[in-house]
Amino acid sequence: MEPHPVIRVRDLVLDYGPKRVLDGVSFDVQRGEVCAILGGSGSGKSTILKNIIRLIEPTAGFIEVDGQDITRAAGEELLMARRKMGVMFQSGALFSSMTLGENVALPLREYTDMPTELIQTLVQFKLALVGLAGFHDFMPAELSGGMRKRAALARAMALDPQILLFDEMSAGLDPVTSAELDRLVLEVNRSLGITIVVVTHELPSIEAIADHAVMLHKGQIIAEGSPAELIRSGIEEVRTFFHREPRQLSTARSAERWSDILNADEGGS
Amino acid sequence: MLLNIESFRQGDHIFIRAEGPLTNQTADVLHREVIRALGANGARQLTLELEDVPQLDTAGAAVLVHAAREARRVDIDLAVTGLASDHLRLLDLVDPGTILDDAAGPRRKTLPFVEKIGANATFIAKDTLAFFTFTGEFTVEVARSILHPARIRLAEVGFYMERAGFDAIPIVFLISLLLGLILGFQAAIQLKQFGANIYVADLVGVAITRELGPLLTAIIVAGRSGSSFAAEIGTMMVSEEVAALETMGLNRTRFLVMPKVLALIIMLPCLALCADVLGILGGLIVGVFQLDLTVNHYIAQTRLALSLTDIVTGLFKSAVFALLIAGIGCFRGLQVTNDAESVGRCTTSAVVSAIFLIIATDAAFTVIFYAVGI
Repeated sequence: MEPHPVIRVRDLVLDYGPKRVLDGVSFDVQRGEVCAILGGSGSGKSTILKNIIRLIEPTAGFIEVDGQDITRAAGEELLMARRKMGVMFQSGALFSSMTLGENVALPLREYTDMPTELIQTLVQFKLALVGLAGFHDFMPAELSGGMRKRAALARAMALDPQILLFDEMSAGLDPVTSAELDRLVLEVNRSLGITIVVVTHELPSIEAIADHAVMLHKGQIIAEGSPAELIRSGIEEVRTFFHREPRQLSTARSAERWSDILNADEGGS
Repeated sequence: MLLNIESFRQGDHIFIRAEGPLTNQTADVLHREVIRALGANGARQLTLELEDVPQLDTAGAAVLVHAAREARRVDIDLAVTGLASDHLRLLDLVDPGTILDDAAGPRRKTLPFVEKIGANATFIAKDTLAFFTFTGEFTVEVARSILHPARIRLAEVGFYMERAGFDAIPIVFLISLLLGLILGFQAAIQLKQFGANIYVADLVGVAITRELGPLLTAIIVAGRSGSSFAAEIGTMMVSEEVAALETMGLNRTRFLVMPKVLALIIMLPCLALCADVLGILGGLIVGVFQLDLTVNHYIAQTRLALSLTDIVTGLFKSAVFALLIAGIGCFRGLQVTNDAESVGRCTTSAVVSAIFLIIATDAAFTVIFYAVGI
């Protein structure tokens, strides 16, 4: 089958004031794949996600979602484009004044003509899908972090979007819960055929779920390919990222040492 | 794309044939047809023919799940033909027991009526106890600050003085001027009947300085700053900043509560004094334009009517109100649990409790001052 990108990012440039956060980023996400956007803190990876859902507008370049330029869409067009996407935010972003059931039912009530009893069944189905069967009367505050993330996934999938976007999916979760979430994401991807874009810096997660990874460094793409290819990459930034080699935090290496400056007598008791 | 539905009946057997995608945009059409068939008179069997359904999402799956549950309930045999293996795999992601069995899964406990009363009573008792604890901690901190004035965080006191006091000047000016006008106007209508025009100055002067100036200022500040203190501390609770502060061994009363209370105790009497002046000015405008009094005459009459006690008791009350507003605001802020909703609830509660306590205290002061003859 001819590969058909569902998201096309082209020459994306974004300035926050004088600071250039993204500098000519271009990549494709194919239909039905799991694409990971990687990078260290401050590399601009979450910014790309915010651009894709148009929470912010780029300085230059464009993004096509399902053939439609989302950077120029407005009004009804933008609304339709956004409905093709489900987003799971870093903290889950469940509405704390509503029960889980109401959280998941909200988009269904607003955007479909389904009768109430069918919405209820669908909500039960979605919650069971993420392993939260029977939790529809619980408030978000009554759940653990992992459960909240799973509930957020159920809400993101409420309208059966073509694309699911995850911002730091497993941030703040223990390895077991995080692996559970990975499995869930894969299941959703394989059985519902949903395209998934994950912004992350969790290595085990990347290796477990991604078909395709894009590595960002200082607002530019420095490597692209399957996770296995990236692990073998010779590029220094990619290597340090995957093999967790620490950088020196105070970068300026001066010739002098404190012991010389202080004329300290080393070894004195 | 649309979903076409055909339905026909052979004896006690109903057939429903669907053609088109079964998604959240079309699911309701099939759902309604299925519900109608399941409720039909004398029906024993229902067959859903889905050979021509190329696409099925979770909403479509929910139609089938709902149909299965309803068919069980009304005891009708349900058969689905032509369901693609992909679609069946989607259904298989969910264990049927978790949905069909209503008793499955955890249930949120809802309390019976009597237990609810008990739970609420315990809550009120705990709330009261927490307030006493807060008051105790605060008193200890006040004592420590008096013994070691360097403990007071002056920079923050200054910051809150500006935000809660100085920034409130325009609204306090405007409202007290209008209040003076209204009061003067209403008084003028009554007093004119007796030819006692000049006594408008007495009435406005005393009412504003003794009662309305401090009271109104306190209510404005409770709405402006009491709520803002509660929301600020509440948000800090949600983001665990208060926990971080305490983990560092730093006293939250000293860092979060004292600067706000102190700032308000200094600023609220100042605002009340402004309110007094502007309120009297409002009365003066009515006196001059409505009652043909001269400015000098009105001011002279006001000076005659007012004693220093009137103004001082008003300002004293303001200082007490300030303690209540800032104290309650901080207390409610510290009661926030870990979600956005509780920030809202505690902020509301801060304003409502503060206003209630202001009025109640004012009533108490009026009685006390009357009894001791001030």
